[in-house]
Amino acid sequence: MLAKRIIPCLDVRDGKVVKGVQFRNHEIIGDIVPLAQKYAQAGADELVFYDITASSDGRVVDKSWVSRIAEVIDIPFCVAGGIKSEADAQEILMMGADKISINSPALREPELISRLAEQFGQQCIVVGIDSFFNKEANNGQGEYQVYQFTGDEKRTQKTSWTTFDWIKKVVSLGAGEIVLNCMNQDGVRQGYDIEQLKHARDVCSVPLIASGGAGEMKHFSNVYQQADVDGALAASVFHKGVIQISDLKQYLRQQQIEVRPC
Amino acid sequence: MSQSPANPLTPTNFVIVDTGCANLSSVKFAVERLGYQITITDNIELIKQADKVIFPGVGSAEHAMKNIIVKGLVTTLQTLTQPVLGFCLGMQLMTESSTEMKKSSTGESNSNTVECLNLIPTKVEPLQAQGNRLPHMGWNTLTKVESHPVLSGISEGDYFYFVHSFAAPISEYTIASCEYGSHFSAAIAKDNFIGCQFHPERSAKLGSKIIENFLALDPQELVSQ
Repeated sequence: MLAKRIIPCLDVRDGKVVKGVQFRNHEIIGDIVPLAQKYAQAGADELVFYDITASSDGRVVDKSWVSRIAEVIDIPFCVAGGIKSEADAQEILMMGADKISINSPALREPELISRLAEQFGQQCIVVGIDSFFNKEANNGQGEYQVYQFTGDEKRTQKTSWTTFDWIKKVVSLGAGEIVLNCMNQDGVRQGYDIEQLKHARDVCSVPLIASGGAGEMKHFSNVYQQADVDGALAASVFHKGVIQISDLKQYLRQQQIEVRPC
Repeated sequence: MSQSPANPLTPTNFVIVDTGCANLSSVKFAVERLGYQITITDNIELIKQADKVIFPGVGSAEHAMKNIIVKGLVTTLQTLTQPVLGFCLGMQLMTESSTEMKKSSTGESNSNTVECLNLIPTKVEPLQAQGNRLPHMGWNTLTKVESHPVLSGISEGDYFYFVHSFAAPISEYTIASCEYGSHFSAAIAKDNFIGCQFHPERSAKLGSKIIENFLALDPQELVSQ
């Protein structure tokens, strides 16, 4: 049976792993390669590396760390950030990444998703979506809205897309997986946004990964059981040692959730 | 990287066929983590002389077959007599043909049958996921494992990393199976050709075990299969 995936996310800035709260105030957590190796050995099912500076700076970023990671780990990993073209995707995939994730460039040019899927295969094209629940929107009833350039708070801006319309659009264009980053929950460890993820699940026919809000083991079982996501991504609870992956997997098995043994 | 554990009196020569696909380096790194050397090449002579050959591959069969044709490798690959191991798309390329659904830039789906290398007489078709989400992506268990030297030490219930939307059906060439909506071939083999639908290079320790089994394999063991 297909296992639910546990995916530590490592935000990368200048070759270091960092973590901020609600996308801000980044603090350095450690070097990428030993952290990647540690998580692979601890039983992570997959890793995501977000180069959080890339999209918002518009500069050429040193990506040599991608091949250093590919050399040492034996589980799949995805690289996000700064991938704007087929050539960028090719470079990252050739260095040994299994998937690439695009976010702001897909909002600017949705057809990029189709071209990437065509050239590299749907399975390695992940679309990351930063979604913010805006209480004031929709005549005060609130609305989930897609944001872009979230790596840099000065440039972070709302797009014209609502989250669920954007999910439908990217799936129709050939996205192979969606990572839904619930910005209101990010870094505050109060649990995943189950309501939003349930709704996203209904409109998402490809694998869906929950992101933002994990604080305790129960949050993982809740999101798998209630929102039926394929994987759950988390950063600070793993980086700060709040949850050990082996303990989490044992806990999930007790809750009758299918996970791969560590 | 550490020294090759192979007997120094019989140096072994391993190659990864450069199919122009993207996961070449992850396959190379996986081999190197086991302490072996391996060369990525599209040179016909080097491929012919190799003791063992790996076909990697991700992406579309159409794209990969085009590369193989442009590089003039079709006949070379079809006439290999040494052990050959295909990973994911590399396995699919070993079959007669692959029928893939393609999404155009306008979002329409079209079916497209690509002639493959015809080394193992089976056909790759869209995975019958019966409502399960596609691509089939993540860690899944093997439901049946036949006796085969490459699968030594691998058991039913072991998890491997799969990423695909197309699959070879269960057939007389199936040496391991998996279930996702329906049963399909997780690994197939005929004579010197062996293919895995999953990614051994990304399947942690058990994936490494398969690569190691293959690299350490005595080609005579396949003759008796």
